[in-house]
Amino acid sequence: MAEGDGGGGREWPLLANVQEMTVTPTAPVGPGSPGDDRLLPSRVVSAKVRLRPRLVEIWQSRELIVFLIRKELKVRYKNSVLGFLWSFLNPALILGVYYVVFKYFLPNHLLYFAIYLFAGLLPWNLFNNSLLSSAGVLVAHAGIVKKVSFPREILALAQVGTAICYFFFQTCIMVVFLAGFQVLPDWKYLPIALLALICDIVLSAALAVFLSAVNVYLRDVQHLIEVALVALFFSPPIVYPFSTVGQKLSHHGILWVYFLNPLVAIVLSFQRFIYGHVAPHDSPNPLPSYSEEWYVIVLGIVLAVSLVLFLLAMLIFGRVEGNFAEEL
Amino acid sequence: MQTAIDVQTVSKRFRLYKEKYTSLKERVLHAGRVPFEDFWALKDVEFEVQTGETVGILGRNGSGKSTLLKCVAGILQPTSGQIVVRGHVAAMLELGAGFQPELSGRDNVFLNASLLGLPRREIERRFDDIVAFAELEEFIDNQVRFYSSGMYVRLGFAVAVNVEPDVLLIDEVLAVGDERFQQKCMERVHQFQREGRTIVVVSHSADVMRQICDRVVVIEDGKVVTVAPPGEAIRAFRDCLLAGEVPVALPPEEQDAAGTTEVIGQPERRVVITDAAARHSGPPGRSFLVPGDSLRLEIRFQVNEPLMNVAFGCEVFAANGGLIFNCDSAMAEIHQIHDLEPGLFRVEFDFDQLPLLDGAYTVNARIQDAGGGVVHARLEPAATFEIVNPGQATGAVALPLRIELSAVSAVAG
Repeated sequence: MAEGDGGGGREWPLLANVQEMTVTPTAPVGPGSPGDDRLLPSRVVSAKVRLRPRLVEIWQSRELIVFLIRKELKVRYKNSVLGFLWSFLNPALILGVYYVVFKYFLPNHLLYFAIYLFAGLLPWNLFNNSLLSSAGVLVAHAGIVKKVSFPREILALAQVGTAICYFFFQTCIMVVFLAGFQVLPDWKYLPIALLALICDIVLSAALAVFLSAVNVYLRDVQHLIEVALVALFFSPPIVYPFSTVGQKLSHHGILWVYFLNPLVAIVLSFQRFIYGHVAPHDSPNPLPSYSEEWYVIVLGIVLAVSLVLFLLAMLIFGRVEGNFAEEL
Repeated sequence: MQTAIDVQTVSKRFRLYKEKYTSLKERVLHAGRVPFEDFWALKDVEFEVQTGETVGILGRNGSGKSTLLKCVAGILQPTSGQIVVRGHVAAMLELGAGFQPELSGRDNVFLNASLLGLPRREIERRFDDIVAFAELEEFIDNQVRFYSSGMYVRLGFAVAVNVEPDVLLIDEVLAVGDERFQQKCMERVHQFQREGRTIVVVSHSADVMRQICDRVVVIEDGKVVTVAPPGEAIRAFRDCLLAGEVPVALPPEEQDAAGTTEVIGQPERRVVITDAAARHSGPPGRSFLVPGDSLRLEIRFQVNEPLMNVAFGCEVFAANGGLIFNCDSAMAEIHQIHDLEPGLFRVEFDFDQLPLLDGAYTVNARIQDAGGGVVHARLEPAATFEIVNPGQATGAVALPLRIELSAVSAVAG
């Protein structure tokens, strides 16, 4: 203090309540902190689309997909009295409605029609739910898309994942149903049904990723897809037997046109597996009489096409992804 | 020393559509001739951030600083050029982005941390730390929609800092929560620095820059003005403010603020404030004050019927709403009480010097009864002004300070 130097300055009284200062040393750099010279993975942000890093990134984010699926399952029936039970109740009730309609109002004379119907509905619902919910998913999650960096395809893929979960819930209902009717599936066709399931998933994922991206730029897609799915519902033989369409088309020799729709092969495989045992052999059989090899080949083609579509969807998604944050 | 972030001639173009056509009908109707303007938010931006460095990006609103940060984060893709980022990046652009109101705090921690790229095992390990940091132990199983905004933001920050990224990107989010929590956030940032993590902070607050940054990138109209240590960069930023057309926060010398301030009080009332103007002692044309400048607030008012015991008061508030100063003329320091006849009057509030540091402030004026209680007329805000500190001190008040060293006892020999 300048005044204190000469001894002539005034005395400064002590402040009684000033705490004594303690000096804490700063923490040293701990081991494992990024101060080490370890090589960190680097990431490049640019307008170019690279397919492989994208796929790697999605694979690395698989836990996030699980969390997002869990969120979807939790949120969907949150605050309803029956809660999670709806996941099972919903497909059971819908099946009930279909059963009553096609048993009493629009009767057809198929044996165990409920099982035939459910066998077709299983893969259809997976496809339908995936597309319905993923079309608007980026718009609905605009908050995250604009503020957090992660592979955005995951949002669409999580919707497909959610649809897969519902597929398994419905399968549980199906099992109860089969037990009720005392019907066994045709176990010989289980591998084919599983292959069909994979085709169904890949195809749904491809379209889900594509539609979710397009919908950001063209919001009509969300509404268009609802109508398109209603129309598409009648394209594979779910509520009618394969033979009705099959006979007419093969009469003109253009049955292959029917199989351009990949859903037809997928639905037929499921029906073959679940309904195969109880399908009547004498009265008109709703199922075609193709061999196992035929199923494997057709499903193989469907899978290949679906995979190509999926990669294409990823490319398109990557191309337009950079502007999502601006467009939303 | 490694390069953590390498920004290589990055440009970003935004298409500004006069009208946005997102429906099919509109797209078809306007096919090929959607009116738009190109707007370059970033132009050939280039700089490097070394590992362990804290770099600030300073710029005015709309200068492109947030766009740059979003590009580094990978949320936006640059139109040309590329950015190489080494290590795990976590961006804090908005706290609690993606919180699901329907889910519990617990579920949201998992979802949010996973979004930021933390593996599940790590989330489980740090879960208690996150909750403790957010101080939400009691409420963690409640649905987030019942959280207050403070709780929401605290949880968001707690998740983001516990992700322990190699590179942390922060966008103006340090000013959240109450003062104590802010301090905690600052401490965490300092801890990150000690641990050798790389931080990029975007702000328009010179204060934050000075406090935590090693270097500062100043951005103006999408171009890098300078990359320099904080003091120097902040000066460059000030020059930018001066050179550019800054939205005038303070009416300059000759100009009246009458058109801009709202007159409060109905004409049939006994006192009506008709006019307000604020002037500063700095050079004409300057739109901000420096610490120690004087400020004069001029209020014109009309008295409609005789009024006894009138006092004049004013309050100064900081940008965060904190009261800096409140005084009226009836108080002992001034002790001026007037009896007024109907007519037009002018009252001046003179602050001989404002010992305030960086920040935006508002002044309210009031005409009141000397006994307190009745406020005849009130103008809110009467003026707003910004103080820009050319020095390096941080905080709220420019306390006059001298520091001297003297030896208390010398080591023998």
